[in-house]
Amino acid sequence: MTPTAAATDYQLNSPGVITLDNLSVTFGGRPILKALNGELRGRSIGLLGPNGAGKTTLIHTLLGFHAPSAGTAKIFGSDIRGGANQIKRLIGYMPERDSFISKMSCIHFVRFMAELSGLPPGAALERAHEALFFVGLGEARYRNVDTFSLGMKQLAKLAQAIVHGPKLIFLDEPTNGLDPPARQRMIKMIREIRDSGQANIVLSSHLLRDVEECCEEIVILKDGHLVVYCNLEEERKANKKFLMLETRGELKQFVAGVDALGCECAMTSDHRLKIILQDGTEIRDLYRLAAESQVQIRRLMYKRDSLEDIFLKAMENGAVSEARP
Amino acid sequence: MAVLERSYKRYEGVLSPEWSRFLIIPRHAFRAVFRSKLFTGFYVLSFVVPLAFAILIYLRHNAEALAIMNLSIVNVLPIDARFFQAFVMAQGWIGFILALLIGPQQVSRDLTNNALPLYLSRPFNRTEYVVGKMSIVIILLSTITWVPGLILFLLQSYLEGWSWFSENIPIASAIFIGSVVWILLLALLTQTISAWVKWRIAASAGLIGLFFIPSVFAAILNQLLETHWGNIISLSALIQNVWAGLFGTFVRQVNDVRAMRNGRVISSALMTEPPLWASWMVLFLICALCLLLLSRKVKAYEVIK
Repeated sequence: MTPTAAATDYQLNSPGVITLDNLSVTFGGRPILKALNGELRGRSIGLLGPNGAGKTTLIHTLLGFHAPSAGTAKIFGSDIRGGANQIKRLIGYMPERDSFISKMSCIHFVRFMAELSGLPPGAALERAHEALFFVGLGEARYRNVDTFSLGMKQLAKLAQAIVHGPKLIFLDEPTNGLDPPARQRMIKMIREIRDSGQANIVLSSHLLRDVEECCEEIVILKDGHLVVYCNLEEERKANKKFLMLETRGELKQFVAGVDALGCECAMTSDHRLKIILQDGTEIRDLYRLAAESQVQIRRLMYKRDSLEDIFLKAMENGAVSEARP
Repeated sequence: MAVLERSYKRYEGVLSPEWSRFLIIPRHAFRAVFRSKLFTGFYVLSFVVPLAFAILIYLRHNAEALAIMNLSIVNVLPIDARFFQAFVMAQGWIGFILALLIGPQQVSRDLTNNALPLYLSRPFNRTEYVVGKMSIVIILLSTITWVPGLILFLLQSYLEGWSWFSENIPIASAIFIGSVVWILLLALLTQTISAWVKWRIAASAGLIGLFFIPSVFAAILNQLLETHWGNIISLSALIQNVWAGLFGTFVRQVNDVRAMRNGRVISSALMTEPPLWASWMVLFLICALCLLLLSRKVKAYEVIK
């Protein structure tokens, strides 16, 4: 029977896109990844960490480039130790460094990569055109990749990673070397892929903003340890309880009213308040209270930990924490 | 049209059979290889020898043509094992030059441009990569060695008759095995050098050196020690012995004349070639070493200790 991509398919949102089970990697006696555990489920997973933390090694191990020294990992339920080929049918990889085949036009390069992924020549050519138009290299697709600028090479690398329509895409520092508009375009594309619901993304970056803009879930590595594992969406929802208010008017009655609602309240200046909402208290209660107290609410913000805060805390503490149950 | 639908979508269609994917590499490589006019010209020229041999076979069986040209090659040029051995040797060395033109850049380009992670992150393993790269040399050299060799054999059989064919089947197998051994050796050596020497010109020089420098040393050893055992380190001598063994023309001991006076031999030495099994063994060891070196170099990423 002729194999089809659908035949090897799994449910996209099935539990455990990546499952780490005590995964350790050692190079020349030096441990690089140290007993990583966790189950990553998000549509887009951000891999953060300082240089040398083991981000790229983790991706390479999941891709089967390095053998684990202990433990294992699963991608869509397939073990990386035994099911490397099965896994590779489902993934696309955009490497960090410049990677291409010289003396080839971009369309030829992307088509070649599609064929290596198993697409028949006709379908590979069609998909190569589509992928290059998608990443914005449609007009430059007949040029040699060797002549491309750094930004164009990044786009060509993205095109070869998605040309075969993988279910999981590993992006290693995709915005490296891009100018701000090019970076914005890259981020937009990554978000489009994520929002299409057709592929999960693992994004490795040291740029917190990139990860914050693209990812729902983050893993922070430090010295080969997994130090933070957090679902940004849930974190954001949880942080909706912390409010910053900027007001005008006499606050005494308003503060008393907030206290009466059972919420903690602190004045940071004459017109600014910090409030921690209690369960069952809604923001409309605050507006009602403000109207009764003749107080204008000029500004209301959710105070939340930024990714930078989470990252810096992780770097300071180094302890393993899980923000998700 | 689909290309204007700028959205990500998964591929759900039919996939190519996994066993055939290594052939994608030579298919795409041939496009680049034949873009070179130098290579294409040389490739076309490499068919001159088969054509000349075909003409010789034809002339030998055409008395009328021989009479017109006033030639008598019937007795001078017998169509036997030596005839086909000469063909395999000639085409083998032409194949060496072709391998020199296309081989050294194959792996080195991928290593220089960091392309191996792109291959190996797909359902495509290191073995398929090496076999795919070797196939470029294997397929091209096959078209100028054993394929025309067997066509010549069939032409001779057709002109000489069925009995000649059945009596000389070992020649056909010698053409095939001799050429394949040589092609595999060249393919492995070119890929190994290509993987270890990234600069194309240096890789080509390395390949030439690998064949000719040991041959020079072998000649010096042979001369000093009055033996032919020095040939054990010469790749060209080893393959010549293997070919001779396959075609049944191998002679192990040769009385080498060193000096003559007035038509009389006054000094000679009995030169002994290494046995055939030793030649096969050394070639096998060279191939094993190449595979070992390739396995160390063909990796997605090199771990630096």
